[in-house]
Amino acid sequence: MTPISAENIVMNYGKVKALDAVSLKVEKGELFGLIGPDGAGKTSLIKILGTLLLANSGTAEIEGMDVVKQYQNIRRQIGYMPGKFSLYQDLTVEENLNFYASIFGTTLEENYDLIKDIYKQIEPFKKRRAGKLSGGMKQKLALSCALIHKPKVLFLDEPTRGVDPVSRQDLWDMLQSLKKDNITILVSTAYMEEALLCDRISLMDHGKILATNSPDGLIANFEKPLYAIRSGNSFKVIKKLKDYEHANSVYPFGDWVHYTDKRDTIDPLEIKSYLENNDTTNVEIKQIKASVEDCYMSLTSKNQNYEPA
Amino acid sequence: MSQPEKAYSISVENLTKKFDDFVAVDKITFNVKKGEIFGFLGANGAGKTTAMRMLIGVLEPTSGKGEVAGFDIFKNSRKLKKHIGYMSQKFSLYDDLTAKENMRFFGGIYGLTNKEIRNRTKELLTHFGMEHIEKERVSSLPLGWKQKLAFCTALMHKPDVVFLDEPTSGVDPSIRRQFWEMIYETAEGGVTVLVTTHNMDEAEYCHRISMMVAGKMITVDTPQNLKDKYKLETMGEVFLHLARGYEKEHAITAS
Repeated sequence: MTPISAENIVMNYGKVKALDAVSLKVEKGELFGLIGPDGAGKTSLIKILGTLLLANSGTAEIEGMDVVKQYQNIRRQIGYMPGKFSLYQDLTVEENLNFYASIFGTTLEENYDLIKDIYKQIEPFKKRRAGKLSGGMKQKLALSCALIHKPKVLFLDEPTRGVDPVSRQDLWDMLQSLKKDNITILVSTAYMEEALLCDRISLMDHGKILATNSPDGLIANFEKPLYAIRSGNSFKVIKKLKDYEHANSVYPFGDWVHYTDKRDTIDPLEIKSYLENNDTTNVEIKQIKASVEDCYMSLTSKNQNYEPA
Repeated sequence: MSQPEKAYSISVENLTKKFDDFVAVDKITFNVKKGEIFGFLGANGAGKTTAMRMLIGVLEPTSGKGEVAGFDIFKNSRKLKKHIGYMSQKFSLYDDLTAKENMRFFGGIYGLTNKEIRNRTKELLTHFGMEHIEKERVSSLPLGWKQKLAFCTALMHKPDVVFLDEPTSGVDPSIRRQFWEMIYETAEGGVTVLVTTHNMDEAEYCHRISMMVAGKMITVDTPQNLKDKYKLETMGEVFLHLARGYEKEHAITAS
């Protein structure tokens, strides 16, 4: 049975098309990422799959059950961690966990093994109120609560939003460790580099899925040769490259600038001498493998310029 | 209202903020040059927001010294506010007003004349290639464009220093880069920029960065020097190295 499947899901908010005929299949035990910026439709899709929102049209099934007709059965088998911290701030860590366990007719002891790796990190603070926890600890508690009933499918909506790099890595380590329990995980994020930590991903933009693939598969599909260029002054490199008549795309990446050319074959030395003739010194240039972010920007390059409706 | 040229736009010495027994910001010391893009990094809860709130004059420090745009943050916090721009993490424009109306509104708050507002609005929107959105209601703009507009409103009164608190969180990757080009151009024009981000490739775009852990500023340096020093490839790795290393060394348990 496919844990998550959706076909032609459409969701409109007034005139805004939040989801525009989205189809998706996630396999058993997969860690699957929905990757895209705010407004791409990630939250709407997760809410529809989690039976919290009714789509305008289209169908979706979780573990073979229809999200509209069998929503009650689905809810017993899924865990959901919303983007906003939604536990009871006035209850302690332990009270929150016991509360969620009892709602699902289970106990902390019964499923302790499943959450042990995550929970033991906050167990020393089990008498502390949830509202008094640090951001990273709140997340560990929220994840523990979402797992307490041993769900088959886990939904996480932007768990790493506004989270520092250390806590972000902790969270991904936790998600990877859940794979051994064969839980299917659908997670959304706006951090493109987190795509590499997923088995498969869908890149989303303006209510559409642009591509679904493994991170490696996606990167292999990047069409043009990609070059990384730098000199002491990246702002200057960006400006000069944008003025270059053959430039196709010019994007800063850290202290490098990623560049593609309109022509099919190019000599990197030609670009180097172009820059050096335009008072840029110490130019380094090398051909590189694309990142997920390069792929995303290449797929969305048409709609970078906002056109009023 | 011009101030004598100072070497630094921001200069802070042993700045400290305590909430009862809790030391949120613990004797931080650093200087930021005019026209510099200064990255303000740190883990969640490390004290970045508290420090920034003191620098923009909305939170009184417990002790230490601080000067921003030539104004003492203890004695002159009112005057200081006229010379800085601030863009908060949470989107703070009026959804029901158009782009131009928002700029007009914020220009008015800063006491600009009608003529100044007209000229400055045109200047900023043209300069950043945003004229076509001037009549758009803010609610209809994608997040990235809202953030670009919020940046323009923060520049309405020609501040000497702008503070940007996680301006690109959740923003489309290509618009995020346009936003950074705006930051670069603004800094080239002599405006000092202090910016927080959790996006480590953006840390590389800063001239210098600082890193806060548990209320302390544990390092201030250029991204390149930090990568060389720890023999690491990216600022992401530097961040993890510094944050984890410090936690280990000082046995900080979650608080």
